[in-house]
Amino acid sequence: MAIKVQIPSALRRHTAGVGSITCTASNLEQLFSVLDEKFPDLKPHLRDDKGQIRRFLNIYVNEEDIRFLGGKEYAFQENDEVLLVPSIAGG
Amino acid sequence: MAHYQLRCRECGRTWDNQPLSICDECFSPLEVTYDYDALRASVLQGAFSRETISQRPPNMWRYAELLPLPQGFEPRLPVGFTPLFQAPHLAGRLGAQPRNLYIKNDAVCLPTLSFKDRVVAVALSQAREFGFDTVSCSSTGNLANAVAAQAAREGLKAWIFIPADLEPAKILGTNVFGAKVVRIAGNYDQVNRLCSQIADEHRWGFVNVNLRPYYAEGSKTVGFEIAEQLGWRLPDNVVCPMAGGSLIVKIKKAFDELIKLGLVEAKEVKFFGAQATGCSPISTAIKTGSAEIEPQKPATIARSLAIGNPADGHYAIKTIKGSGGWSEDVSDPEVIDSIRLLAETEGIFTETAGGVTVGTAAKLFRQDRILSEETTVLCVTGNGLKTTDALAGVYQTEQPIAPKLAEFENYLQQTLDLDDVPKIVAAAEAERVGAA
Repeated sequence: MAIKVQIPSALRRHTAGVGSITCTASNLEQLFSVLDEKFPDLKPHLRDDKGQIRRFLNIYVNEEDIRFLGGKEYAFQENDEVLLVPSIAGG
Repeated sequence: MAHYQLRCRECGRTWDNQPLSICDECFSPLEVTYDYDALRASVLQGAFSRETISQRPPNMWRYAELLPLPQGFEPRLPVGFTPLFQAPHLAGRLGAQPRNLYIKNDAVCLPTLSFKDRVVAVALSQAREFGFDTVSCSSTGNLANAVAAQAAREGLKAWIFIPADLEPAKILGTNVFGAKVVRIAGNYDQVNRLCSQIADEHRWGFVNVNLRPYYAEGSKTVGFEIAEQLGWRLPDNVVCPMAGGSLIVKIKKAFDELIKLGLVEAKEVKFFGAQATGCSPISTAIKTGSAEIEPQKPATIARSLAIGNPADGHYAIKTIKGSGGWSEDVSDPEVIDSIRLLAETEGIFTETAGGVTVGTAAKLFRQDRILSEETTVLCVTGNGLKTTDALAGVYQTEQPIAPKLAEFENYLQQTLDLDDVPKIVAAAEAERVGAA
């Protein structure tokens, strides 16, 4: 599936300034493999020592938190837009 | 050189002061840390002692040394130092001893009647320092009011992003200050996500995005004030409403700092978090023993607490569990009953978040998680006049009566328990005779 991935400015110094890419991935694990390959510097920033996605990294698909869509089980659809967003809050 | 800097809460990396809230190494949130050795010396020399603090004006700026304020900052608003008082009648209803239950009443915080005035006051001091001419926020209402009002006062432009279904009073209370209000067709978490994207594109001072580490420090003043107003001692328990989860964490930080500086004696304070059942990701995690947050889709009248994916949820869980406290949540009908209970027993009209706090406290007393002989502070963080729609239909609008005494006597007969009427009339008669 061809999907578009937006990378926040906080991470762009690890992507040589690239803010978005289009790639092929059918689920989250594949997407992270693509990102690892494309941006080796980014890898340690997305996952912790145990290989888990970092606690404060939120992933949205078409404006919806991926955890509401099934998380790791979610199968990307053609033209999905994926956002990586750091955790923030107010009220 | 400032006596504070930014530090990653997870990996510990430090930064000079700048509008930055996320560690670009590990994506974790940043917080402000201080030169505590210098502050301890300042306490010993008397420059920042209990005595000097108590002689300062009664507002949150009396704790300036423990806030990240720019050098030469001169406060223009007397924010904070809200009343802390005993709540003996409420105590009687909750099962507490009359002298042991306290309300920290930020329903009367200036200038916009919620604790958010505190965080915004600190954030805007830095917004100016960092050269922003526009400030912004995503908000469930109270923050919107606070940013709009204080931006007006500071001569800054304000762009406020809110969920479209916010209470009308909170929208009006933002519009009136001349702020640009952008209603988003979505819930707070969606507004929040959008703001993080906007902050990437526009050079604006988002108080709860790029200014967040500074902003969050303002919440500590609730804790400083509780300690000082209790006579420089800490309570046994604090019950605190939770939305993003920051306030409860920062009250704990405030107590820890006072202990670290020797301004209060060390004490293990239990922290209790309060949420609405319709948006309870933190209390659910506590009750199920999870260390992590499962996000929820909010469905509650407590809109100021309707954050389904709380960024500080992880730290709120740590604070509560580490203190030996607990978290509970209450249904919307319980929220309304609790708003009325606080109003009828103590004369305080709080918003839905305050109802959540009081309702949760009642549960905690019933569960014996809070004991009657312990000193307990309930944090009331907002004003009921902003959420009157939550009480719509609770009170009937009565038919007017003619301005005639006979009409009133008739009304009295119909309204009161008939047994009471003769006694009331007799008492009034006796009073009239006595006065004559």
